Amino acid sequence: MIPAKFDYVRPSSVGDAVSALAGGGEDAKVIAGGQSLLPLLRLRLAYPELLVDIGGLDELCGVTDDGDHLLIGARTTHYQLVHDPLITEHCGLLAQAAGTVADPAVRHRGTLGGSIAHADPAGDLPAVVLALDATMIATGPAGGREIPAGEFFVDYLTTALAPGEILTGIRVPKLGADWGYRYEKFHRTAQAWAIVGVAALVRRSDGHVAEARVGLTNMGSVPIRAAAVETAAAGAQASPEALREAAAGADEGTQPPADLHGAPDYRRHLARVLTGRALEAAAGV
Amino acid sequence: MTATVDAPTAELGKARLRKEDAKLLTGQTNWTDNIKLTGMLHLAFLRSPYAHAKITRVDVSGALGQPGVIAAFSGADFAAEQGSLPCAWPVTPDIVIPPHPPMAVDEVRYVGEAVAVVVARDRYAAADALASIDVDYEPLPPVLDIRTALDPGSPKVHEAGNKSYEWVFANGDVDAAFSDAPVVLERTYRQQRLIPCAMEPRAVVAQWVGDEVTLWSATQIPHVLRFALSAFFGIPEQNVRVIAPDVGGGFGSKLQVTAEEVLAVLIGRKIGKPVKWAETRTEGNLTVHHGRDQWQQIKIAAEADGRIRGLSVDLLADMGAYLMLVTPGVPLLGAFMFPAIYKMDAYSFKCTGVFSTKMPTDAYRGAGRPEATFAIERIMDELAAELGIEPLELRERNWIKHEEFPYTTICGLTYDSGNYEAATAKARELFDYDGLRAEQRLRNERGDKVRLGIGISTFTEMCGLAPSRVLGSLSYGAGGWEHAAIRMLPTGKVEVVTGSSAHGQGHETAWSQIVADQLGVPFEDIRVLHGDTQVSPKGMDTYGSRSLAVGGLALVSACDKVVAKAKIIAAAMLEASADDLEFSAGRFSVRGDPEASKTIQEVALATFAAHALPEGVEPSLDSDATYDPDNFSFPHGTHLCATEVDTETGFVHIRSYVAVDDVGVVVNPLIVEGQVHGGIAQGIAQALYEEGVYDEAGNLVTTTLADYLVPSAADLPSYRTERTTTPASNRLGVKGVGEAGTIASTPAVVNAIVDALRPLGVQDVTMPCTPERVWRAIQAAHGQPAQGQPAQGSEQSGGMA
Amino acid sequence: MTHITVTVDGVKYVDQVEPRLLLVHYLREVIGKTGTPIGCDTSNCGACTVLMDGQSVKSCSVLAVQADGSDVTTIEGLANGELHPVQRAFHEEHALQCGYCTPGMIMATTDLLRDNPHPTEEEIRDGLEGNLCRCTGYENIVRAVKRAAEAGVTQ
Repeated sequence: MIPAKFDYVRPSSVGDAVSALAGGGEDAKVIAGGQSLLPLLRLRLAYPELLVDIGGLDELCGVTDDGDHLLIGARTTHYQLVHDPLITEHCGLLAQAAGTVADPAVRHRGTLGGSIAHADPAGDLPAVVLALDATMIATGPAGGREIPAGEFFVDYLTTALAPGEILTGIRVPKLGADWGYRYEKFHRTAQAWAIVGVAALVRRSDGHVAEARVGLTNMGSVPIRAAAVETAAAGAQASPEALREAAAGADEGTQPPADLHGAPDYRRHLARVLTGRALEAAAGV
Repeated sequence: MTATVDAPTAELGKARLRKEDAKLLTGQTNWTDNIKLTGMLHLAFLRSPYAHAKITRVDVSGALGQPGVIAAFSGADFAAEQGSLPCAWPVTPDIVIPPHPPMAVDEVRYVGEAVAVVVARDRYAAADALASIDVDYEPLPPVLDIRTALDPGSPKVHEAGNKSYEWVFANGDVDAAFSDAPVVLERTYRQQRLIPCAMEPRAVVAQWVGDEVTLWSATQIPHVLRFALSAFFGIPEQNVRVIAPDVGGGFGSKLQVTAEEVLAVLIGRKIGKPVKWAETRTEGNLTVHHGRDQWQQIKIAAEADGRIRGLSVDLLADMGAYLMLVTPGVPLLGAFMFPAIYKMDAYSFKCTGVFSTKMPTDAYRGAGRPEATFAIERIMDELAAELGIEPLELRERNWIKHEEFPYTTICGLTYDSGNYEAATAKARELFDYDGLRAEQRLRNERGDKVRLGIGISTFTEMCGLAPSRVLGSLSYGAGGWEHAAIRMLPTGKVEVVTGSSAHGQGHETAWSQIVADQLGVPFEDIRVLHGDTQVSPKGMDTYGSRSLAVGGLALVSACDKVVAKAKIIAAAMLEASADDLEFSAGRFSVRGDPEASKTIQEVALATFAAHALPEGVEPSLDSDATYDPDNFSFPHGTHLCATEVDTETGFVHIRSYVAVDDVGVVVNPLIVEGQVHGGIAQGIAQALYEEGVYDEAGNLVTTTLADYLVPSAADLPSYRTERTTTPASNRLGVKGVGEAGTIASTPAVVNAIVDALRPLGVQDVTMPCTPERVWRAIQAAHGQPAQGQPAQGSEQSGGMA
Repeated sequence: MTHITVTVDGVKYVDQVEPRLLLVHYLREVIGKTGTPIGCDTSNCGACTVLMDGQSVKSCSVLAVQADGSDVTTIEGLANGELHPVQRAFHEEHALQCGYCTPGMIMATTDLLRDNPHPTEEEIRDGLEGNLCRCTGYENIVRAVKRAAEAGVTQ
């Protein structure tokens, strides 16, 4: 219940935050909302020597319209994602999925950047930004760089962020009105982690699926794109039967974990069933 | 059956809002962890990471130099004084009760067992210093499966072996009942290990002044704890004061004499300063006693028409590593409940208590009775399916009819009252049983992916623990009476002292209602005192749905005594004979002369003044009384549950839940309904969500509420609750309600799940019925429709398939 | 030690705290606001829920230093003389038994009704998913939230 001791700085600019983080070396960690980090600190599963609190950096907060993209500050909370009109209009999947994260109090504090940088494959939003083909914007001692979501999640709780780099924003392509979406989360109790989650995006055209994108939560050490499903769904009829058939390959290439709530074979089965359901909902059939 | 019940009066049955609420709603509650005493030090315990190991060395010296640390101790430092935590229920003469030192000295036998303690100026410093203590362990093999723990080659938890006791009971000719029975069914059911998870974690504060100690503890049992500290740890009883301040739920988990309580007292004495320990949830999941954990083998013999001939039960009960306060007795509370509401010719019961290297088990809401009710109600459904008899019909053919009460069961219990027909009829109607059955048939015929199931639980239980002579015959270490005292204050207000220490049950309100009626004083004029052995020196505390059925009756006796004495004083005031006075609604009046009367408040003032008391009458209107019940009370009811089971994912959704309970006369319907709601939720939680899981090394996996899934509002249904009222044969007509919902609801839910899946060939799903388990059960049955018509969905009755 | 200024229940507090001090410990141990209890160590139970700048947060999951400059309302500061409508509704619907979850449940409810003044039963249940109660089975809590909504808490 009681975190181990650490030093703490609250920089007043991203530049200061980057310097502080770089100066702290491997034992420094960024804290924003702290909703992933604080439970780990309390259980003494994490022992950072320095916390760099970016909670005061208002420039990292909020959603802006950037032409064919939305630019979302890393500190934007789940609550803000759920309620932001730009998100709802152009990227409803993110709002829908953010609304399933933990509970309202956690959603008030927890941030998009935090969940992505924490890179827990059981977290809901990593699979969503993966399906959205989002781009992560990182700022480090050497300046800024952009990392596609597909290259960002490296391993369990590990990202492509270099030491000293801070995730400052997420660039998400706007989706047109012809896109449907669904985040299908399967868990035992409302605030429990997803056993499996499926983030599906479907673009319909003339009763067919023109394009589908599917991200899987908790089906491996990183969030995963269900490539086989996307291929099978493209061009398929927008019918429950055809979409279920396309979903049959949802677990291809996955390495689902085993825990209290599900063995790998059950998770594979769930991935297929839930992908079918998510595609149907996204296709509106 | 007619019961003698005092005439209904103003307060009994009224939905009074609770007196307790004001402070709880505004954050003025006095939880133990809120207590701050001058100079108070904080304790943090270092706990065993091994399920089973020899302790070869403990070095606490590293902690001593740490900031804020005052002292640190290992088990060896207490070896001379710490004794053994008590087990009050040696159920058989040859039971094995191993020594249970509060802090391990030579060997640890479960993960979480305390091995050292830090005393520091604040809780942060105490937590930090734990890392500076060195302990060397020599790991020993864990014992994790009680089904193999009695095998000759099994590692041993204790030197004496892994068997604690075997307890048997039989009545009737069991062999005859089974030998030529047309139908015999045998099933094995698993009662998983549960973690009670009262919302308030445990906390303890101990303060010594001279040779007197005050212990504040989040406990259900201040009186038992005081007795135990004195009887087992050598502190003279008159020097021990135990206070249970506001206590945030217990559910049996705070019915214990814990290592931390004893150690806080010992450390406080060593240090000479008050000490506090406040548990973290992780510590709580590891070291608050667990509940259930049984393997139940149940065998039923029946006639072709469904009439039960006999029942045979063989239990394996996981004691955990040690026997705590009532560990071995918990399964025995269920021994008498397997026959439930049903008539039969023969019954046999055997329970073997087995040690494992896990946290000890002990009382958890229902304690033995939920386990028994689950097994009998599950197998009744299986019997119905086997015989093709509608399951409610099968139950009705076997249950005790309302005109047969009082009825002595095959266990020798005399059920004083009940009306199973009435409760079932009401539940059936509220639930729209026939409509749901019709929908179920339709969905089964269509082969829907989401199936509908209907679960039944026609339960009873024995509560109001307990007649002292019965406890004695079961070798329990104490009586089952309860104490109450009444103090009429000079201004006519009333203080009520109860030995039944509440922790959420609403005693202050309900007791006020009872006393208001008995003494004819306003509800608002009554204050109820409890939970401090200096204020309430006698009591047996709160568990086993006993407070009202035992403590409430003690209250009535105490009121009787006050009224009797007040009558003598009133007679003197009215210059009449006491025999000519009648007492009604707080007023003594002379029969035939209504003008000549005195209120009880006037009598109280006159008693205080003591100017003109009759010869030999002492100037007080106080009384105390103890009540020892001559029987248990037997609440009963019919719970019906409809589940929607997603056969693709295994997810279970409870669509509707109806509970009709008969808890006798109700003092406060609001409180009763609340108890039923909460009980149902806890039973559903066992059916669907909760399980304390140890891995193959003996580590508890479910140490946090992220892994041990206590359901939230979003996970639970709305319940429709109603009552029937069959008064119990005591003066208030009351039974008990604290455990009823939990006892009833678990089998209702699991029966509903199996009922939904029986057409797919599923016969059972192990609890908790997680989506994965439900899915696997369907897979194991190959998803093929079972042969023939599903009995549950048909109206056919009688005859064998 | 870090310097913080926090307004709690309308009173401004200035303190030097260890960075690792949890907000809930700050409230309970430093400034004596023991009305907010602690029920778990993983942010699951919600017993320690308070409002921070008007929004519900679990005070075990916020560092006191993160609350610097914020306005915190605890159960002790919710009532203004008489009971707050949510407190009254909990009393009238018998939505509490042991009362340990009650402060968090009430704070979560006030936030829920701020966000959604007229929630459906499902919205109420979902809105309280982060607050565990072991006594009531939630039935009367849901009724209390409905009653508070009808009473128009936000007015």
